[in-house]
Amino acid sequence: MAQMTMIQAITDAMRTELKNDDNVLVFGEDVGQNGGVFRATEGLQDEFGVDRVFDTPLAESGIGGLSIGLALQGYRPVPEIQFFGFVYEAMDSISGQMARMRYRSGGSKSAPITIRSPFGGGVHTPELHADSLEGLIAQQPGIKVVIPATPHDAKGLLIAAIRDNDPVLFLEHMKLYRSFRGEVPEEEYTVDLGKADVKREGKDVTLISYGAMVHASLKAAEELEKNDIDAEVIDLRTVSPIDIDTIVESVKKTNRVVFVQEAQRQAGVASHVISEIQERAILHLEAPILRVTAPDTVYAFSQAEEVWLPNHKDIVNKVNEVINF
Amino acid sequence: MKHVLESVESQFETFQILDENGKIVNKDNMPDLSDDDLKELMRRMVYTRMLDQRSIALNRQGRLGFYAPTAGQEASQLGSQFALEKEDYILPGYRDVPQLIWQGLPLYQAFLFSRGHFHGNQFPEDVHALSPQIIIGAQYTQAAGVALGLKKRGKKNVAITYTGDGGTSQGDFYEGINFAGAYQAPAIFFVQNNYFAISVPVEEQTAAKTLAQKSVAAGIEGIQVDGMDVLAVYAVTKDARERAIKGEGPTLIETLTYRYGPHTMAGDDPTRYRTDDLDNEWEKKDPLVRFRKYLEGKKLWSEEEENKVIEEAKDDIKKAIKKADEYPKQKVTDLIGNMYEELPNHLQEQMEEYKEKESK
Repeated sequence: MAQMTMIQAITDAMRTELKNDDNVLVFGEDVGQNGGVFRATEGLQDEFGVDRVFDTPLAESGIGGLSIGLALQGYRPVPEIQFFGFVYEAMDSISGQMARMRYRSGGSKSAPITIRSPFGGGVHTPELHADSLEGLIAQQPGIKVVIPATPHDAKGLLIAAIRDNDPVLFLEHMKLYRSFRGEVPEEEYTVDLGKADVKREGKDVTLISYGAMVHASLKAAEELEKNDIDAEVIDLRTVSPIDIDTIVESVKKTNRVVFVQEAQRQAGVASHVISEIQERAILHLEAPILRVTAPDTVYAFSQAEEVWLPNHKDIVNKVNEVINF
Repeated sequence: MKHVLESVESQFETFQILDENGKIVNKDNMPDLSDDDLKELMRRMVYTRMLDQRSIALNRQGRLGFYAPTAGQEASQLGSQFALEKEDYILPGYRDVPQLIWQGLPLYQAFLFSRGHFHGNQFPEDVHALSPQIIIGAQYTQAAGVALGLKKRGKKNVAITYTGDGGTSQGDFYEGINFAGAYQAPAIFFVQNNYFAISVPVEEQTAAKTLAQKSVAAGIEGIQVDGMDVLAVYAVTKDARERAIKGEGPTLIETLTYRYGPHTMAGDDPTRYRTDDLDNEWEKKDPLVRFRKYLEGKKLWSEEEENKVIEEAKDDIKKAIKKADEYPKQKVTDLIGNMYEELPNHLQEQMEEYKEKESK
């Protein structure tokens, strides 16, 4: 098995699907000869030609609309939004158009589009690059929102996303792109969309997170272990729709939950998941569900972002609160 | 700088073939249409005018839902549609239901669309079109995508999309024409300039003297046409289509037209923003009147023929309304089932809930 960074795994997934299916098209701003600003599409244009892998004019709504039109001609577009903070420009294309295609046409048309976009903090980007806006799209029925935390999951989830006949937003945390390597099978495989993964088993408390916060949660679990607190870490992997069964099963075992998200507190994935848990498993809870999140400001200017972002110490503190409730 | 603008504007004079008296004023550009074609064009305009009148009446009786009147725009809508082939792809705006019907959408489905039933959007497989777009402009970026897809598939077909004068102010309008231009995709961008975006006149919409000149910035062909002249609209659309499939790129067509009725039947009152004088001036340009005069001059049309079409339309409408009435009622469980290809768990639960609710 190969050792790959997440970005290598992502490139590998696109290469696999470009090989497998002539209808797969990869496009976006600078994805062609330049290979993408993060090099996610590096070498793909040379390998598959400008007909399959190509640059677009600089316009996110246009990229969204182009994807829909190509999907209507039977293609499987894999467009890139260069930074997820630019997604506001494409909101109608995504939420108003592709997410409704199947519904609007009474099931007679679909939009098998996989939008890839880098997001996430801790890499000192300028404004409107790092913002965690997954909660925005996760509120829209008709589109799946996928956020991998490991190179292995990234490849399997991206292949599954490209093969899915409904639109998928595939968000790639910038800090995870090259921060570590993991084992990734060279052959093709898929990881089911809509399925959470228990990244660490434990019996005292459930930490639910996704993206970069999975790693902060795992680090917190190691710290907690020193004090004999055994934390279970669930990686949602897909934040819409939510795999509530895996969560409820864990809650029944641990009776305590801390939800960890990099996004601000006031809306997003945590709020929804916590509502679901209280409806389905309230009598299994020994303490209130607490959240570790960023504060309710616009994303931090870069000099303050290390403090603004949640970290493993914040998680340890919250876990101690629910344990000692 | 003023000089640049003037030199651009001077390139966009209104193209016309048939004047208001039904006389050919531009013989050289007369399209190659047989007598049967000419009669068919007239038939479609008469039929569509009747459909508009009946739709307005049905809406007032509460038997239709959302409806955007089309009278006045028949030459723009049907002249352009007549230039298309069956395999061409239409991305319409909310007023462009007639083009869909003549492209093959069954009338009862158009009525179901109006009533807000999803079956109105389940198009037959051989109708290559989207259902009418409600957001202004989104269809322009999508048309660029369909056109690029057609080009990649090596098909000799075009994507045509429609919006109004107001739509040209949208960012998506420019993104669509620019993308199609950059890829030399076989797209036709059609602007029906009926002078009012609901109530806002075109002079307040833009400082541009024509909307056709907006093509210049995207580097694509643009032309302004008399939108009440069905022969002119047909001719420019046909030409744009031929150039597009030859790989010569997209075209922006602006038609000067007018909607006699309100913006939609949902309470818009045109007397708040239009004068009788203006309405009368435009009714003199009526596309049906001038084309009828032209055909009568060629002994191709008669009152008898016209009445036959009107009766045919009335009969079709009656049957289609009956079919729409009898179509199974839409259920919330249908809507839940249409969200994704496979039902996720949370929707399976909600499906059960609504099955229960619907069984009562």
